[in-house]
Amino acid sequence: MTARVQLFLFCGAFGLLAASFALGQESHDPASRPDHSSSQSPEPQAPASAAPDVAAESEAAHVPPDPPQHPIRDMPYPEMAETMQMDDTARTSKVLLDQLEWRNTAEGSAAVWDAEAWYGGDINKIWLRSEGERVASTTQNAHADLLWDHTFSRWWGVQVGGRQDFGAGPRRTWAAIGVQGLAPYWFDTEATFYVGEQGRTALRLKTEYELLFTQRLILQPEGEANLYGKADPARHLGSGLSDLELGLRLRYEVRREFAPYVGVVWARSFGGTADRVRESGRDPSDVQFVAGLRAWF
Amino acid sequence: MDRFRLPPAALSRSRRRFVQGLAGGALAVANARHFSWAAGGPATAGDAGAVLSGTEFNLEIGALAVNFTGQPGIATVVNGRLPAPLLRWREGDSITLRVSNRLSAPTSIHWHGMIVPADMDGVPGLSFDGIGPGETYVYRFKVNQSGTYWYHSHSRFQEQIGLYGPIVIDSRRGERHRADREHVVLLSEWTDLDPEHIYRTLKRQSNYFNFHQRTAGDFINDARKQGWKPTMADRRMWGQMRMNPTDLADVSGYAYTYLINGSTPAGNWTGLFRRGEKVRLRIINGSSMSFFDVRIPGLKLTVVAADGQDVEPVTVDEFRIGTAEVYDVIVEPKDDRAYTIFAQSLDRSGYARGTLTPQLGMQAEVPALDPRPLLTMVDMGMGHNMAGMDMSGMDMSSVPDMDHGAMDHGAMTMEHDMGAPPHHAPAEYGPNVDSLAVQPQSRLDDPGVGLRDNGRRVLTYADLHTLGGPIDHRKAGRDVELHLTGHMERFVWSFSGQKFSESEPLRFNYGERLRLVLVNDSMMHHPIHLHGMWGEVESEQGEFLVRKHTITVQPGQRLAYWVTADALGRWAYHCHLLYHMEAGMFREVHVERFSNEGAPS
Repeated sequence: MTARVQLFLFCGAFGLLAASFALGQESHDPASRPDHSSSQSPEPQAPASAAPDVAAESEAAHVPPDPPQHPIRDMPYPEMAETMQMDDTARTSKVLLDQLEWRNTAEGSAAVWDAEAWYGGDINKIWLRSEGERVASTTQNAHADLLWDHTFSRWWGVQVGGRQDFGAGPRRTWAAIGVQGLAPYWFDTEATFYVGEQGRTALRLKTEYELLFTQRLILQPEGEANLYGKADPARHLGSGLSDLELGLRLRYEVRREFAPYVGVVWARSFGGTADRVRESGRDPSDVQFVAGLRAWF
Repeated sequence: MDRFRLPPAALSRSRRRFVQGLAGGALAVANARHFSWAAGGPATAGDAGAVLSGTEFNLEIGALAVNFTGQPGIATVVNGRLPAPLLRWREGDSITLRVSNRLSAPTSIHWHGMIVPADMDGVPGLSFDGIGPGETYVYRFKVNQSGTYWYHSHSRFQEQIGLYGPIVIDSRRGERHRADREHVVLLSEWTDLDPEHIYRTLKRQSNYFNFHQRTAGDFINDARKQGWKPTMADRRMWGQMRMNPTDLADVSGYAYTYLINGSTPAGNWTGLFRRGEKVRLRIINGSSMSFFDVRIPGLKLTVVAADGQDVEPVTVDEFRIGTAEVYDVIVEPKDDRAYTIFAQSLDRSGYARGTLTPQLGMQAEVPALDPRPLLTMVDMGMGHNMAGMDMSGMDMSSVPDMDHGAMDHGAMTMEHDMGAPPHHAPAEYGPNVDSLAVQPQSRLDDPGVGLRDNGRRVLTYADLHTLGGPIDHRKAGRDVELHLTGHMERFVWSFSGQKFSESEPLRFNYGERLRLVLVNDSMMHHPIHLHGMWGEVESEQGEFLVRKHTITVQPGQRLAYWVTADALGRWAYHCHLLYHMEAGMFREVHVERFSNEGAPS
């Protein structure tokens, strides 16, 4: 190494001529540096130096490092990630209980849930969604979607999978395809199209927004609509636009992950579904007060 | 050893110390004649082992019980200290460091800014296999440089929880800028949260730690002040982009307690001086995720070195120090009074604080945090992608003959007109990139968001002139352009749209001089660190400006620097924000004699 420093100083003093001499020396002098890595590291070659008449102070002072005595072997990415303890393909998960609430509906009090969970990497995830309600010890309007979520653009992912309806009425099974993502102006949006048995089709649209009053007091407007291709009397559903729900929930984030809320929901059924509601002596339009908890982990 | 005489033993405690923060408010004092480094907490002063010097070092990595906030935690530390001991080396010495792992997890130490052989660089997976539990790795290298540097773990999140320490190397020729006394000021953060939890949380909700978001009240205030129309237009613009102008730091003071030499603001690290002395402060940003704006009200700061390299002295009131950057400043306190070292985080969510005083027990006023800045159009690379999904302004067909990955092989050479719209790699149009700079600007003289026009003289890169010229006078044979990219919402970070797992190594031909052009397409600052080789930042006129190991690229900035590929082997090249690196903002640089590609022209 000192030989090398001297060479650089020498080069600084005697300019180009000396530099080329130094280069010649360097390249003839591989033995001065033991090299255990013939295949990995060819013998070093001093950087060609177009030194000016007097090399800069730092040019003379800078000493490049010796080649590694024990170069590391090549390894495939998984082994490298393991060795580095750094893996940008690692999977994460999230469970979000967006709504876990009590409502005073026209039928009496109801417990309502709307939850989702995902597991996966930055692009591909398994996505589970479920919503439904419990009224007078019976489960109603409940379904669960199991989806593969693939992020295909900056803000949007395509979702493909299946949906199972459960609760009161016959169980329906659907194939699902949809998109979910962040629409302009920060609207968290889902649109899912379903195809079921006997030519049944359905469309579910949902969007949410967050308005900050303070860093912890947050108003969450939300809208959801369900449409059906054909009526399903056994589940009290008409065709076309079946129901629409608009909600406003004001939550306080005690922690980001834990936020109790109160709110108001306007729920309205339409068409054949509304007819069924009227037949049972209820009003297809209902304003409900809600209180619940939003939590995630 | 007299040179490193340590502070009085009066304040020392047991070695297994509990570093008190807000709870204790204890005092740490540094008081050596020439050099001092009272590491954190009440116990370090007078504690042998705070400074290690010579040529043989034994470093043991283990766990340490700490308490910075009132909540007990476990840190990962060297020799039972947080920060790790100061290593004092002499230029020209060959040194041996035996690093033993007493943890149950693998570990490593990287000597940040040191030019050492690739297998001594301490990056698991590139330099070596890491140091397994119970193992010892022997680092041996010759010290061929001088100045202030630092060292830290390169394994997972150990750097976040305490594994960092300073390195000071004495020049063989003596200090160029003489001082009567010196102190190391190592800035860092502590968190009571598990870093793994922080990382998962950022993936789940990336704005989790931001408690400075704009509210409905801000909207009304803005509308009153600026009118409804401009306010609506402003909100519409940010809403279309789905970006947040308050997104200045991913992890904030909500999770962090900011430290100086391991002391909390309440702990108030204190360094002594005598009136009229020249005091050299070796200021190191050893944090994992924080940028600090540093000033000492009442004192001018004369910056004499950047990243260990002497610069033409430049006197300022304040400077921004990116993660892993280092500045040496000289101050000359003229009065018999205390001065506050005030280092506020870029997002103004907290600060680190210490005191310089002629006498124990004196304190100065701690300034209020500056107002929270907002990102502006400038920070977006001007035009930005206003229409969200609409990329008509950046038609891919205008990109000349650029096949996928060409940039990543470094084979691309293009003309650079600083005003021209940048060329984005195909991968940048993929789902993991949320913004593309339309008109990035050089802006080397821009102090950056939150420091513009604040009434103080603030350091910029344009002020830095490394003494002695560049290490290599050749012109760069080629350009390698990389873009700093990411998706803030989903917390994915990358170079040119490719995460580390998706990328090929950048290949530098041994001996070549090349020009790295970085374009920051994202809206965050990124301190970019190339291992093994210096980066020589180029001025807007194409002249040599400053030699650095870590180069901060501001949001929407385009910056170029020269590298001489004189270090054989495999090297890390990454964003020094720890969680950005983990999320993919990392590349391998392979310096080899490649016969076919990348040869200097």
